[in-house]
Amino acid sequence: MKRSATGWLFAGPAVLAIAVFFFIPAAAALFLSLTDFDIYALADIRNLRFVGLRNYIELLQLPLFWLALGNTLYFVFVGVPLSLAASLGAAMLINSKLVRFKPLYRTIFFAPFVMTLVAAAVVWRYLLHTRYGMVNYGLQGIGLQPIDWLGDPAWAMPSIILFAIWKTFGYNMIIFLAGLQSIPEDLYEAARIDGASRWQQFRHVTLPGLTPVLLLTGVLTMAQYFQLFAEPYVMTQGGPAQRTVTVLYFMYEQGFKWWNLGSASAVAFVLFVFMFIFTVLQFAVARPPRGRA
Amino acid sequence: MTTRRSVLAGIGAAAATAGCARNTDPNVLTMWGMGREAEVVSEVLPGFLAEHPGVRVEVQMLPWTAAHERLLTAFVGNSLPDIAQLGNTWIPEFSSLNALEPLAPLLAATSSIDQADYFEGIWNTNMYGGELYGIPWYVDTRVLFYRRDILERAGYARVPQTWPEWRAAMEAVKREMGAQNYSVLLPLNEFEPMLALGLQQDEPLLRDDNTRGNFQSEGFKATLAYYKALFDDGLAPPSSNTQISNVYAEFDRGYFSFYITGPWNVGEFKRRLPENRQDTWMTAPLPGPHGPGASIAGGSSLVVFRTSPKKELAWALTEYLSRPDVQVEFQEKTGDLPPRRSVWETSTLSGDPYMAAFRDQLERARPAPPVPEWERIADELRIVGEAMVQGEMDVEQGAAALNARADRILEKRRWMVEEGRSV
Repeated sequence: MKRSATGWLFAGPAVLAIAVFFFIPAAAALFLSLTDFDIYALADIRNLRFVGLRNYIELLQLPLFWLALGNTLYFVFVGVPLSLAASLGAAMLINSKLVRFKPLYRTIFFAPFVMTLVAAAVVWRYLLHTRYGMVNYGLQGIGLQPIDWLGDPAWAMPSIILFAIWKTFGYNMIIFLAGLQSIPEDLYEAARIDGASRWQQFRHVTLPGLTPVLLLTGVLTMAQYFQLFAEPYVMTQGGPAQRTVTVLYFMYEQGFKWWNLGSASAVAFVLFVFMFIFTVLQFAVARPPRGRA
Repeated sequence: MTTRRSVLAGIGAAAATAGCARNTDPNVLTMWGMGREAEVVSEVLPGFLAEHPGVRVEVQMLPWTAAHERLLTAFVGNSLPDIAQLGNTWIPEFSSLNALEPLAPLLAATSSIDQADYFEGIWNTNMYGGELYGIPWYVDTRVLFYRRDILERAGYARVPQTWPEWRAAMEAVKREMGAQNYSVLLPLNEFEPMLALGLQQDEPLLRDDNTRGNFQSEGFKATLAYYKALFDDGLAPPSSNTQISNVYAEFDRGYFSFYITGPWNVGEFKRRLPENRQDTWMTAPLPGPHGPGASIAGGSSLVVFRTSPKKELAWALTEYLSRPDVQVEFQEKTGDLPPRRSVWETSTLSGDPYMAAFRDQLERARPAPPVPEWERIADELRIVGEAMVQGEMDVEQGAAALNARADRILEKRRWMVEEGRSV
């Protein structure tokens, strides 16, 4: 009894903070998602109605919501693997014994991650500009047609994926680097003695050694990528032809452009359910192999 | 359209408005403006400052793309400025929020703002529930840009004034220019062309005290049929204007000969078409079903917020910015169209042949239905219009879909009206 009281005393401040800043707002948002809070309710709170699940039902019937969900899944399923591959590749390059000035490269690759997102996105808008951008300047230099990166419905999302990977790969790279360094060197030696090729070493030594790290970075990156918002907000405003409207961008428009806070909260919970399902799936798929912790 | 400037401005505005918007100093007036107007308004203020010694006006610039959110957020956070430029389609929304000061009493005590001098359709966009909430600052409408030389070659000395004549002229242009070219550009990513053609009908777009869609009226169905046939018969290209890489070059090439668009494009065409090609294009008021037709009443108004403790000073600034001589100066700096007939006569616009169509069209500008939900309904116009052009809906289905969507969007408003609540 006394022990548990002491425990609560220690945990108390943290629990209180989590309750006040997380559980209460989440519960309030859940309640809000069952009402039709809109600008009329904003003018006079007596215009608020309890509508049950209507926000959810209407949301699931809205083509723009499905388009936004499709755009988001496109971003997640293309972006997360590419991002992890870029991080792992960069980590292995830096980890190589042949590389000198490792701290310099580590800093350079990590720099985009600590940059202000909005400022970096504005710079990328310049880089991707159809007529004056460096990217198209380079394309034309090798004799290719310029691409309207942010204005063409087919290219807008790939451009944003490219930007997002560039922005975030440095963070996972650092984690992978730590993971790589924790794999004992004698495993590689044993593999080489057994005649394993570089690919076989990667496949059977490096990857199993990195499984827990891959799972962690995969879950974190996916959670982060599901919440894509600032990049399209700064770079495309959801256009062209709504191809870069993501679920979060859609929620922002519902909530702060039209002030339909009820349905915006419903969007938030639907997104939460999706992220939850995919995270559970990821854990199920990437369960560590038998016998290893 | 978002330019580099507006993005940078957005970041600047985000930083600026993060602080407290309203200044408690009784001699400092805070004004929010958007885009180009906010950039140059300070340049016309010296006269106002001379009349009010000791007063300072702080102008804060919002980018158009973020202005609506920022204003609503400021309303919720009780940090609205004293006076602002407000897009006139937002006036119903902010009026129903009770955020705007009714201006009729202030107007009654002011002789320099003469309602009769303003274009009626534009003035009416500032009315909500019978009350006046804004004074038009500048106006915006859509007219027909056309290729004079091509129309002449097709056998038309002047632009048709009725729909049947216009349709015949478009067919003649198509014959003249060949199958690979079109007659008219109605960009699928804009709702404005269809809205303008819809406003020309006698029936209102919403019915039952603006609580239900009226898109299945005979008039609006005629608009939909006319619009859809232009695409079905190969007179209009089924594309958005972002898909057409350079609208100005394509217009010059004769890819299309008619284009429904707004005043900013006068300057663009003047600048982008070569000097010796300037006589190939002209503007004309929109043709209507039975004669010169109506068009959109757009633009911005000046509003005073109810929460402002400096309403008299804010009104004095509104009055100053509405004076004809100040408006002439403002027009020269921005290129915006003035809302007062007297300003049109004295400004350089009166000698510009390209602007005559706008002057004429403004006499027949009609406001969109005054409901806060209008922008969302207008967005549906664009979506349904595109679906019809792609062949996914016919006219009957399109009209029914618009009504269903408008009714859904207006559900809350309908409930409020039925319950007898003030909207």
